[in-house]
Amino acid sequence: MKRITEHPILGKIEKGRAVNFTFDGKKMTGFEGEPVAAALKANGVMIHRYTAKQHKPRGIFCAIGRCTDCVMVVDGKPNIRTCITPLKEGMKVQTQYGTSAKSEVKKNETV
Amino acid sequence: MKRYDLVIIGAGPAGLSAAAEASKCGMSVAVFDENAKPGGQLFKQIHKFFGSKKHKARIRGYKIGEQLLSEVAGGVDVELNSPVIGIYPEKEIVVRQGEDIVHCKADSIIVATGATENMVPFEGWTLPGVIGAGAAQTMMNLHGVKPGEKILMLGSGNVGLVVSFQLLQAGCKVRALVDAAPHIGGYGVHAAKVARCGVPFYLSHTITKAEGTDCVTGAVVSQVDEHFQPIPGTEKHFDVDTICVAVGLSPMAQLLMMAGCEMEDARGGHVPVCGQYGETSVPGIYAAGDVSGIEEASSAMIEGRMAGICAAAYLGFCSEKDKNASLTKLSEDLNDLRQGMFAPQNRGKMIKKTEEGIDISQTLLAEGHITTEEAERFPGVVHEVGVHPVIECTQNIPCNPCQDVCPKHCIKVGKDITALPQVDTNIQCIGCGMCVASCSGQAIFLLDENSEPGFGTVTMPYEFLPLPQQGAKGTALDRSGVPVCDAEVVGVKTAPAFDHTSLLTIKVPKDKVMDARFFKKGELEDDKCK
Repeated sequence: MKRITEHPILGKIEKGRAVNFTFDGKKMTGFEGEPVAAALKANGVMIHRYTAKQHKPRGIFCAIGRCTDCVMVVDGKPNIRTCITPLKEGMKVQTQYGTSAKSEVKKNETV
Repeated sequence: MKRYDLVIIGAGPAGLSAAAEASKCGMSVAVFDENAKPGGQLFKQIHKFFGSKKHKARIRGYKIGEQLLSEVAGGVDVELNSPVIGIYPEKEIVVRQGEDIVHCKADSIIVATGATENMVPFEGWTLPGVIGAGAAQTMMNLHGVKPGEKILMLGSGNVGLVVSFQLLQAGCKVRALVDAAPHIGGYGVHAAKVARCGVPFYLSHTITKAEGTDCVTGAVVSQVDEHFQPIPGTEKHFDVDTICVAVGLSPMAQLLMMAGCEMEDARGGHVPVCGQYGETSVPGIYAAGDVSGIEEASSAMIEGRMAGICAAAYLGFCSEKDKNASLTKLSEDLNDLRQGMFAPQNRGKMIKKTEEGIDISQTLLAEGHITTEEAERFPGVVHEVGVHPVIECTQNIPCNPCQDVCPKHCIKVGKDITALPQVDTNIQCIGCGMCVASCSGQAIFLLDENSEPGFGTVTMPYEFLPLPQQGAKGTALDRSGVPVCDAEVVGVKTAPAFDHTSLLTIKVPKDKVMDARFFKKGELEDDKCK
């Protein structure tokens, strides 16, 4: 279980209402207003994108909108910093390949 | 274009403190912050702060954040999701708000942009699962999501130590704490909290590889030589899914550079040349908090107040007389915090003795905990009939809540708040436990060395869930997390005054009261009592 429900100092963790979203077409649930990255993490998603040239995986790194490692395609728009973008009902979240939602490199071509 | 008497950039501890002072003087103040919520990193700080009462000691960081927010409520225009992207001549400030670029004009500016985390590259460091220690704090303490299950922490400064403890509180396993330096960089008491939970420290070690193809599946750690180079053949493998990197902070002073402030390489990075109160080389532009040199939140709040008062006086909102009176007092408060072994002037120095002339525990520096034998030489460790405090505070840190909260005044730190606390054995302790709960370093225990024939009790601070119940049986662990004996919980105390620190009293054999410092419920998987 990745979510902390009760914390020794912070008590019960209060979240917004549960909402549905998709990650690469797969249905997932998260809480409204929490960062997209937090909802993905709670659903066990580690890879947010692959780099353009070397097709290397990247995920959450700074979690405060500084490093841009966690950018993804959100509702069709690329380069969205998922760690500071609030989750909304029905959001469409996609793995980002380079700067698009589709892999332009086949896996066997990677360096 | 909007005009303000003062624009503050950054709504963290320094920025909000500056805003509070400036608005009190009657200035129109705007605070711009790039984040969706104010408070900077304060709301991720769930531990009790050090210092004395005036520094808000023994209050948890997030509560200090709440206090600061209520102090600025109403009087200050706090603009969130508003990164400042430039400071131009004549104090013109450019802010990005949504899709818009907004210009505004300030008659004075305080830059309180804080710092950013440093990183070290190693093989595999770009893999998902390698994160900053700040990211771990953000995920678990703000968003309630565990950053991982099995963690390796790189860095033994206060951030590495505090975040390791918070990871344990969030229910994660910390497999190792690694640092290339031969000695622990942060407060010994922070290290001791982690060590007694059984987290091993690997000093003079560094991470050489993050394993995994899609994400972290393990880590390789090697010992380093005196030139910090990995020694072949010393590799150790750790089964972890997350590697947390806590290797220091760098000031984020780009806006000050852009504003034309004279810069220097000092105090932990590229920082503005500053006067005593944060005055940069550009009249009317001030710097406060980590952006002017890496310290911590308590000093940042004082620096913020100083800068706020200076800006007010610069524009005539505060008389020179009032300014000087306030600054004198604030300087004293700041000076109190800049004392002791970890003071800025002692950075990088190897201190061998305390101010009292007592040898520093070398075990503490190398392994994160003192030994029973070493404990005896410190003034807080005494042996008396009946309940009494045992204070395992062995480094000179500016902190004195233990002295303040003892209703019987049996703990003495004195005027110099970095002094090690002493226990006055002429006064009978009443066992209230306020000192145990108030010690930000969780270094105070109540001992009754002969509570019944053959047994004694140890009362310890406990900040984990589930909280063991009275009558629970388990194992007492020593300061290094090694099981020492069977133990039974004979008392559990919680109180609003303890602020989420519970007091757990365990019964152990009489000869183990100076060893038992932590409790684990139930049978241990690997039961190897000493």
